[in-house]
Amino acid sequence: MNDWINASVLIAHDIGLHARPSVKFTKLAKGFSSEIEIASALGGPWFDAKSIVRVMAIKAGTGSTLHLRARGSDAGAAIATLSGFVASDFDKDRAYAASD
Amino acid sequence: MNKKVGIVIVSHSPDIAKGTADMVRNMVGSAVPLAYCGGNPDGGLGTSIEKILAAIDEAWSDRGVAVLVDLGGAETNSEMAVEMLPEARRGKVVVCNAPIVEGAVMAATEAWGGASLEEVKRTAEELSPQ
Repeated sequence: MNDWINASVLIAHDIGLHARPSVKFTKLAKGFSSEIEIASALGGPWFDAKSIVRVMAIKAGTGSTLHLRARGSDAGAAIATLSGFVASDFDKDRAYAASD
Repeated sequence: MNKKVGIVIVSHSPDIAKGTADMVRNMVGSAVPLAYCGGNPDGGLGTSIEKILAAIDEAWSDRGVAVLVDLGGAETNSEMAVEMLPEARRGKVVVCNAPIVEGAVMAATEAWGGASLEEVKRTAEELSPQ
């Protein structure tokens, strides 16, 4: 039985988790096989981080904390990648129109 | 064979169709087959079955194509276009009951991840208020 790996990240970006980063976040999450969930409060409710509809609905604003948890074979890498993405101001809002 | 479900955007307005497609390209990238059309054959507001058929052809994927529409005629003309497709393709095209802009971005994100046509459609239609 796998335990959850957790992380909490402060959203410093001045618009918050807006539309483009939400898509990018979901795309990053889909790259991992682990179960990954996201919440705006530690007590939940927790939502599937690979669901664009759920991630978009979180509407986490500036100064709020995003909670992440993952379990599975690549859970550690998933949490590192996703919390790093949020902590880096969504990669400084670089163009998300990735060629892949 | 393209491994991702294709997305077609059908609006009464060519500008809305193009703008929606721009948002999808910018947010999701170019890996998902995407085509759009808008306006009637005279260049006014409206939709045209011929243009819709051409867009479906352009965005074709053997995994299927999800069509996002705006109002009334866009939906009925899209459904008629699906009926006019060759039989082998007909079952692989669905018209989504979803808001056109939000639905297109959500559907394309899901398609990008390799989801099936049914999953793509369900994601677009999941947008109804909770």
